[in-house]
Amino acid sequence: MQFLEHLELAILIPLLGGIFVLAFHSRPRLREASSILAGVLLFLYITQLLGLDPAQDHLRTLLEISPGLSIAFHLEPLGLVFALLASGLWVITTVYSIGYLNGNAEKNQTRFYLFFAMSIASAMGIALAANLFTLFIFYETLTLCTYPLVTHKQTSEAQSGGRIYLGVLLGTSIMFFLSALVITWIQAGTLDFVSGGILEGKLGGTASVLLFTLFMLGIGKAALMPFHRWLPAAMVAPTPVSALLHAVAVVKAGVFSVLKISVYVFGIDFIAEQDASVWVLWLAVATMLIASVIALSKDNLKARLAYSTISQLSYIVIGAALAWPAAALGGALHIVTHAFGKITLFFCAGAIYTATKCTHVSQFNGLGHKMPFTFAAYLLGALSVIGLPPFAGSWSKWLLVEGSASTQHYIVLGAFGLSTLLNCAYLLPVALRAFFKPPSPDVAAAGPGIREAPLACLIPLCATAAGTVLLFFYIQPLYDFLYPVFNP
Amino acid sequence: MLDHLPALQVIIPLISAPVCMLVTRASWAWLLATAVSIASFVMALLLAREVSVHGVLSYHLGGWVPPLGIEYRIDHLSAYVLIIVSATASITMLAARKSIEQEVSREKSGLFYSAYLLCLTGLLGIAATGDAFNIFVFLEISSLSSYALIAMGRDRRALTSAYQYLIMGTIGATFILIGVGLLYMLTGTLNILDLQQKIPGITGSRTLHAAFAFLTAGISLKLALFPLHLWLPNAYAYAPSMITVFLSATATKVSLYLLFRFFFGLFPPEVSFESFHLGRILLPLSIVAILTASFVAIFQDNIKRMLAYSSVAQIGYMTLGISLASKEGSIASMVYLLNHALIKGGLFLAMACIVFRINSVQLEDFAGLGRRMPWTMAAIVLLGLGLIGVPLTAGFISKWYVLSAAIEQGHWLGAVVVVGGSLLAILYIWKIIEQAYFRTPVKVALHTSAIREAPLAMLIPLWVLVAGNFYLGLNTSFSYNFASTAIHAIFP
Repeated sequence: MQFLEHLELAILIPLLGGIFVLAFHSRPRLREASSILAGVLLFLYITQLLGLDPAQDHLRTLLEISPGLSIAFHLEPLGLVFALLASGLWVITTVYSIGYLNGNAEKNQTRFYLFFAMSIASAMGIALAANLFTLFIFYETLTLCTYPLVTHKQTSEAQSGGRIYLGVLLGTSIMFFLSALVITWIQAGTLDFVSGGILEGKLGGTASVLLFTLFMLGIGKAALMPFHRWLPAAMVAPTPVSALLHAVAVVKAGVFSVLKISVYVFGIDFIAEQDASVWVLWLAVATMLIASVIALSKDNLKARLAYSTISQLSYIVIGAALAWPAAALGGALHIVTHAFGKITLFFCAGAIYTATKCTHVSQFNGLGHKMPFTFAAYLLGALSVIGLPPFAGSWSKWLLVEGSASTQHYIVLGAFGLSTLLNCAYLLPVALRAFFKPPSPDVAAAGPGIREAPLACLIPLCATAAGTVLLFFYIQPLYDFLYPVFNP
Repeated sequence: MLDHLPALQVIIPLISAPVCMLVTRASWAWLLATAVSIASFVMALLLAREVSVHGVLSYHLGGWVPPLGIEYRIDHLSAYVLIIVSATASITMLAARKSIEQEVSREKSGLFYSAYLLCLTGLLGIAATGDAFNIFVFLEISSLSSYALIAMGRDRRALTSAYQYLIMGTIGATFILIGVGLLYMLTGTLNILDLQQKIPGITGSRTLHAAFAFLTAGISLKLALFPLHLWLPNAYAYAPSMITVFLSATATKVSLYLLFRFFFGLFPPEVSFESFHLGRILLPLSIVAILTASFVAIFQDNIKRMLAYSSVAQIGYMTLGISLASKEGSIASMVYLLNHALIKGGLFLAMACIVFRINSVQLEDFAGLGRRMPWTMAAIVLLGLGLIGVPLTAGFISKWYVLSAAIEQGHWLGAVVVVGGSLLAILYIWKIIEQAYFRTPVKVALHTSAIREAPLAMLIPLWVLVAGNFYLGLNTSFSYNFASTAIHAIFP
């Protein structure tokens, strides 16, 4: 299986898919088929990579731009999990997109599928990056490739959303991330990801706190406040984009980078020794709570979910900032469990919009009886995000809470509790309204006209909802796979 | 033949210039100018190879031995600049024919091409010669011809811009002449190598101080270093489109070369930076240049002017690199020089494409161009990303080196300004992109079907530059290694 070693395939497969999408511009069926095919191939390829011996490094240097600065890929459990997650959900989202885009008669679908494929290629680059330099490159291309998706509708609303999106993401990455990168390069003399970190003995005290903070603020995709505004702004995009990119690929690329930098650049022990994460920890706790409160006040479902995502991303940042192996592992698991939960919720939001054109929670009264599958799936997804058993979200939350207790951060522990309550308060009423409140007059008037969204939408959302339950029972392999990353 | 290359590099364009004037047909004049440009590019490449293999080439003009005779001296630094100038000339000329036919009247086109060739002669000569007075002569050749070229712009304001440039440029050149004169008075020689050996012994001299000051001010004027940049935005905005392409990628770059040649070669770097504190002069000016010029660029509605202000800011990056007084900083500045010539030349070439079709570079007229001229606009987006400094582009490499040089010196303010300037660049580049992709044209005239993609003869050179933008972003073996050898040779 020599070809498996060519890790750049993970980037080439989606790009090739994109080229086919362009080639079949005028033949929608073939265009959609090539998009799905690329997704399936990519997923299969990543699953094959799981079979490779993880003890070997499998370093693949693509090109050396300048001495010491190279574009290189390697295999490492954290990255593989992220790659597997993004590619797997890409397939499901593509099926969903077909239903959604046709159901809403969106224009410029070729451009949509093309940039979608390019975004996934960038996400794969981030997942497999063997050094910070490569990670940074694909981090930036991901921002740029998603911009045309965010502004897909080309309205003035999309334009202003796009401005915030690009301004915050490019701005923070150039201002903070790039600076942190150069400082690391000069201090450590290397940018490679090494287990245990590369900064040991090179940096200490306040300088390490500053550098860690610079990195975390620079990764705008992790949506730490005050650099979170891009995520709600990105909600002007068509829902499949919000679902895959702004619940999975883009935001998870952000927190994935957070974990990767914590583990492979700083090293968990180094962070703990130097107390490097002290500012970031409190910033993340504040973000988690404030975003939850804002979510409560949002009536637009997608906006509410966006703020919920901001809050949930901070869970993962806290996991890294606690500098405790179990907590960081909890953060890594939360990448996966939250992805399944949140993508389900976004799929539901899109399905409701496609079927009824309703976007606000207050319009959902009584819709549950017309769209039972959608709202049932919503309920499962919501329960998983809240973190109740028997749903996947409960495991990651468990580990995070355990981590905060072990490190005796009782305030963080309390904040987790409070956040969970807030989660219940803003996620559950959506489903409760739909099932238990009497239909509003216009919904009643529409009568039998309202029914479930097209099957291409419905099947993916049921699949991911089922995923949240399955993951609860089969989390062990994932746990074992990730365990060595945090306990070298 | 190969032995005479240093002289031929300059003489061939010089002789072709009057020939061009005699040619009656515009297309023949264009053909000659293009052939000469490409020939000079080939010669520059041959020279670069010779220098890499055999080291510095010294050519004695007329067989007179320096320091008495005039010496042409090609080292890595000269070869690097020769390549940039002649490559830009070739790309510009290949793309120029239709645009020039449209913008310059037929009877003037012979004169136009001969002025262009003289300008090329001057720029190549500055880089090739090893004689301080000779540099002044070539500087005047290139400047005078560029005043004439700018004045040929269609807009009547081209005349006042050319006049403005003439006044400022002449002051600059005069200052350089005074500086060189004072040096001659002190040392009795004009040969740069000879001067370099004599200057460290006389650093206490007031005359030397005066010479240094005159040279600094004169070069800064030519370089358009803030606050001496006032001639540049108008000159770039109203010159014929193709001349803007050519000058933006060469004129200020050659002036930057002069900065290196005078203050790292003629004056040894330790004299320039330790005795005369060049860094302390350049640094604040660079920082102000980056910030104010980028800021002003955001508010321009004429895109050529916007890009011109952006050039002033980018010059600030290059002088910032020099002002750090370190090897890494100077190399960064050299790499920046090449990458910026490529990116800005490309952007102005895209403007030439747009002028060719819609006869305007006003921001409001860009509405809907994303659909009508997709290839030109895509090139603008990609080159714009280079200007911002997004990874994988050449612009990222140059910003990376400047940033790491600044941080290495512990110069935090400089580092913040470098990244801050990039953020401002996002703002002005995105103004163009939003206008082209989100707006529909308002003017009735712009709805006509006449607006379509630029001709292939212009698109191909444009996309060559786009490809170069990515090539240099992925492979720094030419830009970095060549610049590094050049700097190591002059910065002991």
